[in-house]
Amino acid sequence: MSKVGGRRFDILVVGGGPAGMAAAACAAEHGQRVGIIDDNAALGGQIWRGQSEPAASKWAERLRSSGVTVLCGRVFQQPEPCTLLAEGENILHELRYEKLILATGARERLLPFPGWTLPNVMGAGGLQAMVKSGFPIRGKRVVVAGTGPLLLAVAAYLQKHGAEIPIICEQASWSRLARFSMALLGHPGKIVQALQLKRELASARFSANSWPVAASGEGRVEKVTISQTGKIETFPCDYLACGFHLVPNVELPLLLGCQIQNGYVQVDDFQRTTVTDVFCAGEPTGIGGVESSLVEGEIAGLTAAGRIAEASSFFGRRGKLRRFARSRDRTFRLRPELHSLPAPETIVCRCEDVRYSHLREHKSWRAAKLQTRCGMGPCQGRICGPAAQFLFKWNPDSVRPPIFPVRVESMAGVSAPANLELTTGGRE
Amino acid sequence: MSQAAYDVAIVGAGIVGAACADEFARRGMRVAIVDRDLVGGGATAAGMGHIVTMDDSEAQFALTRYSQQLWQRLRPELPSDVEYEQCGTIWVAVDEEEMTEVRRKRGYYGQRDVPTEVLDSQALRRLEPNLRPGLVGGLLVPEDAVLYPPCAARFLIERAQKRGAEPHLGRSVTALGRGRVRITDGSEITAKIVVNAAGTFAAQLTPGVEIKSRKGHLVITDRYAGFLRHQLVELGYLKSAHSVTSDSVAFNVQPRRTGQVLIGSSRQYGADHREVDGEILTRMLQRAQEYMPGLAQMSALRAWTGFRAATPDKLPLIGPWPGDDSLFLAAGHEGLGITMALATARILVDQITGTKPEIPIEPYLPSRAAKEHAHA
Amino acid sequence: MLSQVTMTVNGAQIVVPSGTTVAVAMAIAGQACRTSVSGEPRGPLCGIGICFECRVAINGRPHNLGCRILCEQGMDVRTNE
Repeated sequence: MSKVGGRRFDILVVGGGPAGMAAAACAAEHGQRVGIIDDNAALGGQIWRGQSEPAASKWAERLRSSGVTVLCGRVFQQPEPCTLLAEGENILHELRYEKLILATGARERLLPFPGWTLPNVMGAGGLQAMVKSGFPIRGKRVVVAGTGPLLLAVAAYLQKHGAEIPIICEQASWSRLARFSMALLGHPGKIVQALQLKRELASARFSANSWPVAASGEGRVEKVTISQTGKIETFPCDYLACGFHLVPNVELPLLLGCQIQNGYVQVDDFQRTTVTDVFCAGEPTGIGGVESSLVEGEIAGLTAAGRIAEASSFFGRRGKLRRFARSRDRTFRLRPELHSLPAPETIVCRCEDVRYSHLREHKSWRAAKLQTRCGMGPCQGRICGPAAQFLFKWNPDSVRPPIFPVRVESMAGVSAPANLELTTGGRE
Repeated sequence: MSQAAYDVAIVGAGIVGAACADEFARRGMRVAIVDRDLVGGGATAAGMGHIVTMDDSEAQFALTRYSQQLWQRLRPELPSDVEYEQCGTIWVAVDEEEMTEVRRKRGYYGQRDVPTEVLDSQALRRLEPNLRPGLVGGLLVPEDAVLYPPCAARFLIERAQKRGAEPHLGRSVTALGRGRVRITDGSEITAKIVVNAAGTFAAQLTPGVEIKSRKGHLVITDRYAGFLRHQLVELGYLKSAHSVTSDSVAFNVQPRRTGQVLIGSSRQYGADHREVDGEILTRMLQRAQEYMPGLAQMSALRAWTGFRAATPDKLPLIGPWPGDDSLFLAAGHEGLGITMALATARILVDQITGTKPEIPIEPYLPSRAAKEHAHA
Repeated sequence: MLSQVTMTVNGAQIVVPSGTTVAVAMAIAGQACRTSVSGEPRGPLCGIGICFECRVAINGRPHNLGCRILCEQGMDVRTNE
């Protein structure tokens, strides 16, 4: 039986990745009582998971010395204004705040194709996360596929840990990639990054205009068939790391009533959403990567702490990074050929095993949900939703609590205010 | 731009409208069914999907029993995604007072040939080991069932379509009556008969109809096969359903064929926003945990709300609307829409075709309200 | 603190370094985390606790996210049915 823990903050930050860490540190450094909550025990989000990146350590130190309270839990409901509920392992957090900064990050977009449900077919970031969590990849053969800069970063990481990478398949065309390389010229830091990656991946084959058409094997993936500009080639492998760029985690902003535009949270120059005293920073406002997330976090944290002039000093840098991010998005946009990836019997909703042919019969996400149960499983449509949106152009539903599956007792368990212990400081 | 004439146009493609479409088509009539969105998108999508024989009144018993038997007869034709399960209902008693009610119900059902079994505390534990110890007993009604309503509604509409019925989905109705159904785009569907099966919207479309919304909440868990075998309802449920003014919760859980547990129930008057009401949800789940402590650790995947269409005397409106020869009602089923859908369709179509209905129809006639006012 | 953890996966004993997640332990043991509703074997997909494909039964209780839980000494882990 869980206990209930009540906390009150001037500023609550949801999400412990780069944007959240920057926002929390900046706000706390200016005297605000700040709490940050993430569903991982360690901060850093996805991109700074595990290893000690210099930037990550710097921000972690700033967080520590500014006295930010770090909490571990999954936010799932807003029972009343200025309060959020989060479920921890043995605790229900009731978190009260004056201002809220949402830094909920992004997740990989996964597209269905024949064989994608076989064990050892994972997201690109997914396999990297597994290796960071202790999975031995040395000596294993991994095909990397999909789209986006994440592919190269993942391939380099896996190779560094002893994996054999026969091929990296990028669906974008060579001309798009060439145009993108030109865009790198405006960002010297990124050129260095790119050259470093090139050196690390010198032995790997990189193929544009390429995507997986099928994964096959007995009980797990054993080979992947790739289409490269129409030419078919098959690669034996132990793992397929396949992800199609990122989609923003906008469930919590939606739950709180923030306006969403083109799938991203609408914010003003100061990272304010359309809901009073609710800010949003990082990937949910537009997929931008680490530097962009940090800058947006700094702006949000400083603004929430009342330091408007300091916040606006970052606008120029943010503008430059946003332009770069937009050009990156254009480069890695999904091409229409990917609409024909799934076969009729390919499972699209993995929680409920709903096949493509079954979904195709319906005219809207809601109709498909009600009739097939697609999106009604524990992932709450986080995996199948973006796929269905790409395949059918369906708009997703509105969001209801709980925005993550939680124990029944967590939804039942809010005690009367008199019974809450209000505490500050420390770590849980 | 006018559409071709039909014998009957049904407004509302929920379970009741779908059952009516199926019945009218079965009797050879040309049917149009109109809905502002998709099939089974209103209360039909939100509800628990139970089929329960009730004993609040003779009229309620007659309609629920007749309909439950029709569902039983339809069962062999239902596709698997309708998930019809004759899991039965156990009315759970916590104390001797509720046990007295168990025995009264047994007598009532027994006199009307509805099989039941009185359970003592041991029998109850054996049938439902996850109920908390210390409960006194209950009443098992083995012929009650559950199903998945959106697929049931779709099945009925598809059957009607095979006999020529035409769905007009995604068409919002602004007015109906006098042989016409008017759509927001200005077009009209003309029919000899118009049926208002619009549930909570029925009163908007036919002024004078006394239907109010009664909001409910539900939560569904992940799959836990074998945790729950029967639909369970606390006998206090009856007190909740009877109250006309206050917000109430009651213990009511249902097993889905998937092994998921559906947790309810709540009733609120006057709450017209769709959002989940945190306080009601908390109360509802705490009540459920009191009866089944094992629920506490289970994973809750989703919570949602829905609106039941409630009439002042708790009986649905099935029959002609006074003052308009073309207009009939089939609405106001509160929490018994699924249960009563098939019998509603039968007795409605019987009235129109001049066939003698299997049960007396007077208690459900829309004109009864006018008579009440006349006598007042 | 132990540097290694001994546990059972589908009845067989395995030893993993401490700090390993349950999902990784299942992968090392070559076992599927769960069986899907149509009977397919499934393993981790997203790696970050969102896809729920890595659900495992731990010490008799189902639906635990393997990618978010660290292995503990004596844990009994089975494929989630």
